[in-house]
Amino acid sequence: MSTLDIPELALVALVGVSGSGKSTFARRHFAPTQVLSSDTFRAMVADDENDQSASGDAFEVLHHVAGKRLRAGRLTVVDATNLQQHARAGLVTVAREHDVLPVAIVLDVPEPLCWERTQARPDRTFGRPVLGRMQRDLRRSLGRLEREGFRKVHVLRGIEEIESAEIRYEKLFNDRKELTGPFDIVGDVHGCRVELEALLVRLGWTLHRDEAGRPVNATHPEGRTAIFVGDLVDRGPDSPGVLRLVMGMVGAGTALCVPGNHEQKLLRKLRGRNVTVSHGLAETLAQLDAEEPGFVAEISAFVDGLVSHYVLDGGRLVVAHAGLKAEYQGRASGRVRAFALFGETTGETDEYGLPVRYPWARDYRGSATVVYGHTPTPTPEWVNNTICIDTGCVFGGTLTALRYPSRELVSVPAAKEYYPPARPLTATPAGTPATPGGGRSGAVERDDLGLDLRDVTGRRHVDYGYGAVTVPAENAAAALEVMSRFAVDPRWLPWLPPTMAPCSTSTLEGFLEHPAQAFEDYRKAGVDRVVCEEKHMGSRAVVLVCRDEVDPSAPATAGRFGPGDGVVYTRTGRPFFGGDRDRELLSRVRAAVGSAGLWAELDTDWLLLDCELLPWSAKAGNLIREQYAGVGAAGRAALPAVLAALDQAAGRDLPVAELRARMARRATDLSRYTEAYQSYVRPTDGLAGVTLAPFAVLAGEGASYADRDHGWHLALADRLHAADPELFTPTRRRVVELGDPAAEAAATDWWLELTAAGGEGMVVKPYAGLGARDADGRLLQPGVKCRGRNYLRIIYGPEYAEPDQLAVLRHRSLGRKRGLALREHGLGLAALDRLAEGAPLWRRHELVFAILACESEPVDPRL
Amino acid sequence: MVHVLITVTTTYQPATDLGYLLVKHPDRVHTFEVPTGTAYVMYPEAGTERCTAALLLDIDPLALAGGRSRRGKSGRGTSPTPDGFTLGQYVNDRAYAASSLLSSALSTVFRSALRGASKDRPELAATAIPLELRVPALRCRGGADLAGKLFAPLGWTVTATPIPLDPTRPDWGDSRYVDLVLTGTLRLADALNHLYVLLPVLDDAKHYWVAPDEIEKLLRAGAGWLAEHPERGLITRRYLAHRRALAGAALARLAEQRLADEPGDPDTVVETTDGGADEEANLPATVDRQPLAALRRAAVLDALDSSGAARVLDLGCGAGALLTDLVRNRRYTEIVGTDVSSRTLAVAERRLRLDRLPPRQRDRIKLWQSALTYRDDRLRGFDAAVLMEVVEHLDPPRLPALEAAVFGHARPGTVVVTTPNVEYNVRYPGLTAGGFRHTDHRFEWTRAEFAAWAEAVGAQHGYTVTISGVGAHDPEVGSPTQLALFTLAAPPPATVPADTGRATRTTGNANDDSTTGDARADSTTSKAEAGSATDGADDSTVGHAIGSATSSANGDSTSGDGGGSR
Repeated sequence: MSTLDIPELALVALVGVSGSGKSTFARRHFAPTQVLSSDTFRAMVADDENDQSASGDAFEVLHHVAGKRLRAGRLTVVDATNLQQHARAGLVTVAREHDVLPVAIVLDVPEPLCWERTQARPDRTFGRPVLGRMQRDLRRSLGRLEREGFRKVHVLRGIEEIESAEIRYEKLFNDRKELTGPFDIVGDVHGCRVELEALLVRLGWTLHRDEAGRPVNATHPEGRTAIFVGDLVDRGPDSPGVLRLVMGMVGAGTALCVPGNHEQKLLRKLRGRNVTVSHGLAETLAQLDAEEPGFVAEISAFVDGLVSHYVLDGGRLVVAHAGLKAEYQGRASGRVRAFALFGETTGETDEYGLPVRYPWARDYRGSATVVYGHTPTPTPEWVNNTICIDTGCVFGGTLTALRYPSRELVSVPAAKEYYPPARPLTATPAGTPATPGGGRSGAVERDDLGLDLRDVTGRRHVDYGYGAVTVPAENAAAALEVMSRFAVDPRWLPWLPPTMAPCSTSTLEGFLEHPAQAFEDYRKAGVDRVVCEEKHMGSRAVVLVCRDEVDPSAPATAGRFGPGDGVVYTRTGRPFFGGDRDRELLSRVRAAVGSAGLWAELDTDWLLLDCELLPWSAKAGNLIREQYAGVGAAGRAALPAVLAALDQAAGRDLPVAELRARMARRATDLSRYTEAYQSYVRPTDGLAGVTLAPFAVLAGEGASYADRDHGWHLALADRLHAADPELFTPTRRRVVELGDPAAEAAATDWWLELTAAGGEGMVVKPYAGLGARDADGRLLQPGVKCRGRNYLRIIYGPEYAEPDQLAVLRHRSLGRKRGLALREHGLGLAALDRLAEGAPLWRRHELVFAILACESEPVDPRL
Repeated sequence: MVHVLITVTTTYQPATDLGYLLVKHPDRVHTFEVPTGTAYVMYPEAGTERCTAALLLDIDPLALAGGRSRRGKSGRGTSPTPDGFTLGQYVNDRAYAASSLLSSALSTVFRSALRGASKDRPELAATAIPLELRVPALRCRGGADLAGKLFAPLGWTVTATPIPLDPTRPDWGDSRYVDLVLTGTLRLADALNHLYVLLPVLDDAKHYWVAPDEIEKLLRAGAGWLAEHPERGLITRRYLAHRRALAGAALARLAEQRLADEPGDPDTVVETTDGGADEEANLPATVDRQPLAALRRAAVLDALDSSGAARVLDLGCGAGALLTDLVRNRRYTEIVGTDVSSRTLAVAERRLRLDRLPPRQRDRIKLWQSALTYRDDRLRGFDAAVLMEVVEHLDPPRLPALEAAVFGHARPGTVVVTTPNVEYNVRYPGLTAGGFRHTDHRFEWTRAEFAAWAEAVGAQHGYTVTISGVGAHDPEVGSPTQLALFTLAAPPPATVPADTGRATRTTGNANDDSTTGDARADSTTSKAEAGSATDGADDSTVGHAIGSATSSANGDSTSGDGGGSR
């Protein structure tokens, strides 16, 4: 029996003449979807699997499909004769384009048997000479396959071998997903043995020494595993010492190591290749001169055996010397290895003559955390879930380890500058100047590297943890315009408020919305306690305020979210007033949060508040005048003239009584409508007269407060009101135990009172908070609005409450609006979570962008 | 729902003959179902000395919501108003104010009177009689004076009384509505046709889609008076709801009627609020007859020409005015227009008539939606980019994002930026002091501010900058437009791939070569590729390093590629 070893991810080319049994072999060993047969593709493009004139097109499609499969990481088998070099070259190309290994399995079957099988198939019409030519092609091919680039070539000779063959899958060397850590990942050591020892000790490792006192192994009492990102050698004082320790640890299984470019070059030198001795290699060679030849040979073997990158912890962690982009992770090719060792450059050189590195991390969108070294930086910074931990120890910096999964950074300082750097240490691989993050942990993401259009455009499927949403391309296109032209800087836009559905439609006479329905909606959803909050008559305003005020004339100072110290934005992310008024507002909010003691109590330097800014006329004065008042004016002009004409007509005994009565009711409706919009108008002058009604404290450093109940949120709002009663308006509310008819009735009376006095209505929310879920664990509507009868006149028209109109309006459909509200709410919660966990900007922005894109769904705007 | 009203009164005697002219008996209440609701005709007074007919339109709100006003949907093509008002289709003045709804009811109810036909009183129909028309709530876009300008030339005495916006808010002033009373001695048919055409013109918000047959309707209703009307241009444009092509055709036909040799050119008309596709198209370039927009395009084209660019980007191309010029010049082999608004791009596509170009021409032009505050890989590798009147549409805090995306990421060899010179604004009498030239401008820079910005951007991204003015130079305040020409100081060597995508492809090709079995080709190419990817420690022999590692027995099987080189 022959066992064929095949990498888990490979492009397998079956090679054999017609009638050699390739299709049978493929059927036996692979799933039908893994096998791409040239016959199938010929039939697909030409309705005839034997139409050789269709081969060109057929292979084009086959290669395309193979490419799609390989990109997705799926084993692919090509069932074709593959007897000619050009055919195989096409497959090798496809494999390499996707950095997977090409494998050949040759079925070598005696010619007479093949002829017999071919003759048995009525659709094969070629003659025996053709088969003979195939056989000659096969003979010629056999010796060439490896040279052509096939990494493994399995040749099965004769029926028996073919019949008994078994496929065995082997993992790639870089696949160590089964190792889950915890890990201590150590940056570029460069021969700094003393600092390495100090770092390991600081991390709690126990060093084991040989008789000469040299460290040869280390173990951790908690069973941690060390991972070295490479560049152990060169420049520093004791490269052999470092190698001795690391080799010992790797040998003992307490450490993993990936090679750096310096190990690579050292290996080539040790093998006698002609390399330029520079960049600290001379120091290493001199130190090795003092070592025994046996140890030097061990070093060669060790470096030779290093795997260029590792995929660890179920695919969640990747370690490579110079980093690795997502499409190369877990793949195998020369360029994957080159990237892992050397990174990528732009082709330009900087003023020190060194190559400018391409900021691959800026473009990184993969899900795995990538930890790497290679480029010295004073302070490690997270960029899109990647981090470079080379802190230039040998240049007098520090030696740094990243603890995984806790993401804690631990450093020890270099005893001295062992080697002068070719260029001063800059902040990041991106080459932009350092902007110290305002956050307190090392886990703060750099946000100033910008967003890519691909992060937001096109039809996108966003899985946000609370659910999934598909954003149609046209909605994304609309959102792009709003986001790009009107919204605040995405760094300052961590969340957008979701739309809110009204309660189910009331059937009570004269009401379109009524509290009874709101209570019933939540009771049905299994909620036992709700809070009724008065619906403020203003505009939604989200306030992101930082504790420390930044002088606007010194914009270079960057805070937690980039330059600035806060923003006030609308429900679509636009600056609220823009300019000085927003800054003045922020500065008063900042002061109130301070005197309420919330910075310390919540242990944060910034807060995200969901508020209503009052009065509505402060923002929407124009709208009220132009639209609402205008309708009133037109009505006031038209109706008296209509009534006068009808009165005259009635005086002539014309039958207009019914029409006149109707018109008279319209006049009453119009005056109620006028009162409704008038209650939104209050004189303001700059910020004078403007107030803010916060109703949720959404997030602070490292925390989303979606899990706090509304009692907590409103208590904080009350404290802000106490701190600055002039600025903050408190939110009147009632907590209602559902199922207690008296409580529901009392809340209903309260609502009737509020709305009779000109109030807009109320919002009913599950008391448990923003993250409230039902018994099945699904998110609940975060609130439903229950709007007052008179207020609805400015929504549905002055005369909506006429019985015939109300009857029509009751058929309104809420499903779409509810679905939208829930999706936007979930996206918002996920955005708060990602903010709390310090996720990269693009991961947060894609959610906020999706909320905005949802808003371009066509939904009845009156809901 | 209600209830728009028109009354028609005559003092011709016997006044009740009005009933014959309108073909509606004065002693009955007449009811008509019209597409937008129910129309009533009745006579509040019907004496021999004075007779008044009232047309009352009771609008069905559902019919209205279905045939919503186009305003707000069209408006300015490029500005969605996310915080704006979307309820307008439900809460609006259509129920009260005279508009095209009333106009179409008029044409249904008084069809024969509009034609001037009368079975019973044919002579009277052809006679001018004393009339008083009243429209108690008419929206008058452009102010009460406009009503006078439109009706007075037709022989009416016009009283247009503005209606206050809200009696409880005297500080809000007057609404856009007037109580309109027209008196005069005219044929009833003419009077009704005047209303039919001019009510929607004053209201300026047609409730239905304006189809080409509207031209016929307009010319029919305007027969005998529109061609000579001094405001015929405005009437035609508004009636045809600003569809320039239609308006142009209609005006041309009116001109034929007048036998005049000066057909109005719709494109030279100043639209005060519906700003045209080209900003400032109507601002005079003072000395020159050419509009500033044309001068600016010429200056940009000059700058591009001098840079020798062949592949160019027009970033923020809008409706494609510059693209049209670029397409005409064969030196531009690839022309890409980008805009953040997909609707604007659709306009540009129509304007460029892309669908009618031969394929080879068509392939030179691409229109992409892109936002300048996001990096866009598609924009890399071009010779030149134009930002014509674009930067001032971004809030200042977003400018660094644009700079990073254009100068840092797209990184064309040449960048041409134009923006208004705010100092020059004092030379525009129509511009209020401190006002900007366009409602969407977030800022307008002085010459010093623009220079400072351009120098800083140039220094940060490695471009040299030359600044010049466009339009007549004023010794005191400079030129109306300022232009900065950025040139990349040290363009990357031509051999180096411009982006990662290409680098990747290059590597792929290198690997393809190895399949030919030529070991040397493989390792040499690897060397070149990897060599560029090394820092100082990895000199030119890296390619061999990779080769050797891949061949080692216990080596990294994952490094497999290049095995053919052994």
